[in-house]
Amino acid sequence: MLAAMAAGVLALGLTWRPTISAIDRPQAGSFPAAQVNQGAILAKLGDCAVCHTATGGRALAGGRPLATPFGTLFASNITPDAETGIGNWSYEAFRRAMRDGVSRTGSHLYPALPYDHYTHVTEGDLQAIYAYLMTRRPVHAPKPDNKLIFPLGFRPLLAGWKFLYLRHGDVPYDSGQSARYNRGAYLAEGLGHCGGCHTPRNLMGAEVASKAYAGGIAEGWRAPPLNAENPAARKWTADSLYTFLRTGVSPDHSAAGGPMGPVVESLSSVPEEEVRALSVYFAAKMGKAAPAKAEAEPVDRPAEAVAAFPEGARIFAGACAGCHGPGAPMMSQGRPALGLSTDLTDSEPTSAIQAVLQGIEPPVEGRGPKMPAFAPSLTDGQVAAVLGYVRTRYTHKPAWNHLEHDVRQARKEGGQP
Amino acid sequence: MTFELTVNDKTHIVDAEAETPLLYVLRGELGLNGPKYGCGLGQCGACTVQLGGKAVYSCLTPLITVGEREVRTVEGLGGVDSMNPLQQAFADEQAAQCGYCIAGMIMRAQALLDENPHPTEAEIRSHMQPNLCRCGTHMRILRAIRRVAAVPAGAAA
Repeated sequence: MLAAMAAGVLALGLTWRPTISAIDRPQAGSFPAAQVNQGAILAKLGDCAVCHTATGGRALAGGRPLATPFGTLFASNITPDAETGIGNWSYEAFRRAMRDGVSRTGSHLYPALPYDHYTHVTEGDLQAIYAYLMTRRPVHAPKPDNKLIFPLGFRPLLAGWKFLYLRHGDVPYDSGQSARYNRGAYLAEGLGHCGGCHTPRNLMGAEVASKAYAGGIAEGWRAPPLNAENPAARKWTADSLYTFLRTGVSPDHSAAGGPMGPVVESLSSVPEEEVRALSVYFAAKMGKAAPAKAEAEPVDRPAEAVAAFPEGARIFAGACAGCHGPGAPMMSQGRPALGLSTDLTDSEPTSAIQAVLQGIEPPVEGRGPKMPAFAPSLTDGQVAAVLGYVRTRYTHKPAWNHLEHDVRQARKEGGQP
Repeated sequence: MTFELTVNDKTHIVDAEAETPLLYVLRGELGLNGPKYGCGLGQCGACTVQLGGKAVYSCLTPLITVGEREVRTVEGLGGVDSMNPLQQAFADEQAAQCGYCIAGMIMRAQALLDENPHPTEAEIRSHMQPNLCRCGTHMRILRAIRRVAAVPAGAAA
């Protein structure tokens, strides 16, 4: 009994974090304009507004739901509203949240806030982001309560998670690589938190360090591998990555779908050099992708495909070929041929299914590719038939199994009609 | 190939290629000229009809995919002398400028109202987002839908 109590006290001692005193909201004029501007760029590189803005809601005022295997979390309000936002947070409180995942009042934050990445951000950059956030217009918006499975609502448990998975410190500088590469590494591993989606997670929801960039899942879409296993038909280069990250479409590869769209929107308006750095970094990561060649001709095997999927061929002709067929108007606008699409060469049909069901929204201010959603018009069996057809027609990969089951599952999870 | 289609509660036998867009059959074979050909690429929504109660682009709906699902066009809601409440609201708000998009707009809005008779302003805007109007009468179109949905004017999005 005594031992249990002692263990309890010890555990509480280990998980307890002090409150950092509330402050009066700093005057906007107390931050140098250059610092605020730099913070605006860094906040875009960190995608703060992507998660912290609800659909149709005020920027950074939170409330956006994030579905996880552990339940639904709601993003908090990070405008400088004293009552519902971070208006009374000192810089020290903000830094602790970003580096250690602890709120001003001392409670542990869920790693949906990617502090396992943000912990690598430099002091100067954190100060700039703080300056940017504290100079936004305060929005009064209380955060909805999280809906988590038992016992994860008990935040002290997160101290154990951090003990296992939170590693502080700078992103190591690789002196064998260019300054640009190292800048890309700093942005990707820190603020960009690219691994948050592109690295698989373990049962505790932590990124598996030994499988960095081996591909993951984000909101029902597959975030493709960004290492040597990247399945692109044509090898990604730093230039093609730059075009993709900046505009949401690479004529030699794919268009940004699902949660990658908002990432591209953020990257479309940061200084060019930052996006070049990210591109150089990931081109190097994928560099060893052996089978892919820069000029590989797109595969197109209509005869085999129609023999294997006759119904899919008919659906494709009526529903898809108007844009994706040879000579279609879209193809003359520098849009990727299906024979180059990573969604089709991927070992999993996940993103291909989502693209057909949900369509693709133009990522950058309404410009760029827009694919209509087929969830209302095609049945699960029809989506499976057309995907079976395009997988056979446009790749040499083996057919996807249980396609219809996967379509049904994706539709159910996405709450689509 | 021969297909049996149920359109606006009537059954039709149609002889056409399997990949023929539903839009061509509705206009060319059945004389239902409500749905319009706009872009043919699922980008504008002028061809919107209901398939099994859902708003779909009839230009991208090959005949082979229709199956037993019921098709409804704007003609199926009511005619000039028998407009349904949504059609009447579009007329009362003078939502049509050139009118080319209107049948598609009505069919998409009706699909929402059938599923959810009292949508919020945000739900209406998000649902109507795929359909374009080049004349710019969106505000009147929204007013017409709000009128039927009984959303108070000026409700926050």
